[in-house]
Amino acid sequence: MSLAELICPAGTPAALRTAVDAGADAVYCGFQDATNARNFPGLNFTPDELADAVVYAHAKGTKVLLALNTYPPAGKVDLWRQAADTGARLGVDAFIVADMGVADYIAQTHPQVRLHLSVQAAASSPEAIRYYCERFGVKRVVLPRILTIPEIKQVRKDIPCEIETFIFGNHGLMVEGRCSLTNYLTGQSTNMDGVCSPASDVEYKRDADGTMSSQLAGFTIDCFGPDEKAGYPTICKGRYTAPHRPDAYYAFEEPVSLNLSRLLPELIDAGVHAFKIEGRQRSKSYVRGVVTAFRHAVDDIRAGRPADMANLVALTEGQKQTQGAFETKKWR
Amino acid sequence: MAVTDMTKLTLGPIAYHWSAEERRDFYARIADEAPVDEVYLGEVICSKRAPFHEPDLPDTIARLERAGKTVVLSSLAEVMLKRERKATADLAEMDAPEIEINNAAGLYARGDRPHRIGPFMNAYNEATIAWMARQGASHVCLPAELPGEAIAIAAKAARDLGLGVEVQVFGRASLAVSARCYHARAHGRTKDNCQFVCEDDADGMPLCTTDERVILRVNGIQTQSESYVDLLPEMPQLASVGVTHLRLMPQAVDMVAVAQVFRDALDEKSDSRDAEQALKDICGDVAFSNGFYHGQAGYRRIALTTAS
Amino acid sequence: MTAFSRLSCVMIQPLLTRVVRRIAARHPSLFARLGPHQATDFLIDPIELPFALHLRPDPDALVFRAVPRDAAPEPGALIRGKFMLLLELMDAEEDGDAAFFSRDLEISGDTEAVVRLRNALDDVDGSIADETAAMFGAPGRAILARLRRNYPTQETGAFAP
Repeated sequence: MSLAELICPAGTPAALRTAVDAGADAVYCGFQDATNARNFPGLNFTPDELADAVVYAHAKGTKVLLALNTYPPAGKVDLWRQAADTGARLGVDAFIVADMGVADYIAQTHPQVRLHLSVQAAASSPEAIRYYCERFGVKRVVLPRILTIPEIKQVRKDIPCEIETFIFGNHGLMVEGRCSLTNYLTGQSTNMDGVCSPASDVEYKRDADGTMSSQLAGFTIDCFGPDEKAGYPTICKGRYTAPHRPDAYYAFEEPVSLNLSRLLPELIDAGVHAFKIEGRQRSKSYVRGVVTAFRHAVDDIRAGRPADMANLVALTEGQKQTQGAFETKKWR
Repeated sequence: MAVTDMTKLTLGPIAYHWSAEERRDFYARIADEAPVDEVYLGEVICSKRAPFHEPDLPDTIARLERAGKTVVLSSLAEVMLKRERKATADLAEMDAPEIEINNAAGLYARGDRPHRIGPFMNAYNEATIAWMARQGASHVCLPAELPGEAIAIAAKAARDLGLGVEVQVFGRASLAVSARCYHARAHGRTKDNCQFVCEDDADGMPLCTTDERVILRVNGIQTQSESYVDLLPEMPQLASVGVTHLRLMPQAVDMVAVAQVFRDALDEKSDSRDAEQALKDICGDVAFSNGFYHGQAGYRRIALTTAS
Repeated sequence: MTAFSRLSCVMIQPLLTRVVRRIAARHPSLFARLGPHQATDFLIDPIELPFALHLRPDPDALVFRAVPRDAAPEPGALIRGKFMLLLELMDAEEDGDAAFFSRDLEISGDTEAVVRLRNALDDVDGSIADETAAMFGAPGRAILARLRRNYPTQETGAFAP
């Protein structure tokens, strides 16, 4: 049986301490700049904050993984190299990378630090994963959220590294690291700047009748009735019309959140080494709730006890949730 | 533009599901009439489409090569299923023509034998380009969203290593790819029972906001820009920073005429305003954009100052 | 109503001033996370209270005052919701994303400002509400406890007397 480590999000030092205290095996976080894919306003760590966070986490036996998972545009590579140097100096346990130039730099300069391949690298076949393992010494791959459990099981047999899968949180189907939708509308890039529908370009407009539209850079991404649950204007979660679809529909995906709690035993059985909880942009109450619930569930499963899944299901109670690609490929 | 004879015009792979017959006719005209130097062939977007036109590939290659074009075969951008892995591995075994790789699975299969790096490979910077060159890359197509300043630095790095450098100057930009087929979804189907509904949209399926602004185009698993990228005015800059290849992406317009406009502009046979007008006449009422190049929202059209 | 509202504002102001100065002194890193939005005027609007709260989180000229709604400044960002929900958000007891998407919370104006404020507050360990209540000793804690009892669920917003 795999170790089934629990990998938890930390958008702020307080969230990091919360995740550590709630039983995270590892936390992942990033600096306050374009070097990570959650470069959101008011989020993330200064080098000093990361130094304290590493000390705090290590004192409780929790690992710290530093996300350097964006793609430096030519001329700005030094920012990523400096971030890697800082992370190595502060003693982070692994770097999560996507760009080959960044991976190469770390493999050459900080060979003692583990490399994890970010989902932003979009390695979705054994051959792609093996490329990164053999060329950069990658020790773990974060799989895209597009594989079924039998597919994961097969991949596990065909690759020389550990597998980390998302089990909870935002559910995206676009191939990560290949999406310029935000840049097309806002001029800020997901790959190069680490942003996705940046808050600075977001506006909610209310009409007198109670309907509300969510806009990104002046484009209406969705429109909600007075009692309808609203959403953040993420382009791939918006509603649009098409020639055959005169009524606005979710052209890409429903705004659902991923919850694989029911599949945990099967994922462990498939050889998944680590479970990742999405949500560095979420509050520490979210972190506390989700990490605590999954900690109990994973411990129960590992001890051979029936896990209480009710808590985990309740985390997204009232909200739409999905087991996404993991159960069936019919969604494709 | 003293660099004209160095700067090559290329035709990118067809992104859409054009029928075998349409493709045969298209490439026959390209071979006979289009002033492009290099032509990329092959299915990049959806592995389900490949069987329809792959049987024609040898003839198409021969036809284009007889016409003096360099042919390059492009690999799939998304590789997950068995047939996609096999297609990628098979392509990587070819000695001729050249191949362009769009997925790390292709890099793995190719080893250090020579290859081109496609636009889906995320060659954003000089460090990555240097790495790729060490693994046998001979040519790199930069990502569509890379701004001009970064293109200049990336191009210099690539040229210093002896690599060709390519930038898309015409056609819809690829904005995203997915594991899900959005064409099938729009018709209440899934990828497995899509019945190739994407064939109906030779230039992609428009997506429109609820306040009636068309912003995106769906092409199977790919999402494209509604606007056509048009870097006609920026071509002198691109050539001067060392970009060696300018890519035209096939759209459902007269691509021979498009190629002629770009060729004439490269050869300084037309002034830039006339060229722009000619392109508008060919493409109809589609919007042109160059925002990515100028570091702004991709859909935007930034006017160059007259000084340039 | 307006007179009542003005009177409420006058009465609560000294308390607000003390609270915000105390929080600012104890949590200086909060301001760094606000970045350029230290100068933004936030209007926090607890819908059941007779007044709204005007916050400008400038560490050098901190403003936190109760204002009648009709006299409130044009805000850079507006956050509106039930009082207890706002209190819970401030303490990061409630997940802002969840509250907003359920539409219990309404935000308008500069979304980045709200996101920064949310993230800055979220990085504060412990409970700002508890801290505030503790400033007023046992009576303060009793008032907070009563408040929390009075809002048994934020779904219904039921207000037990």
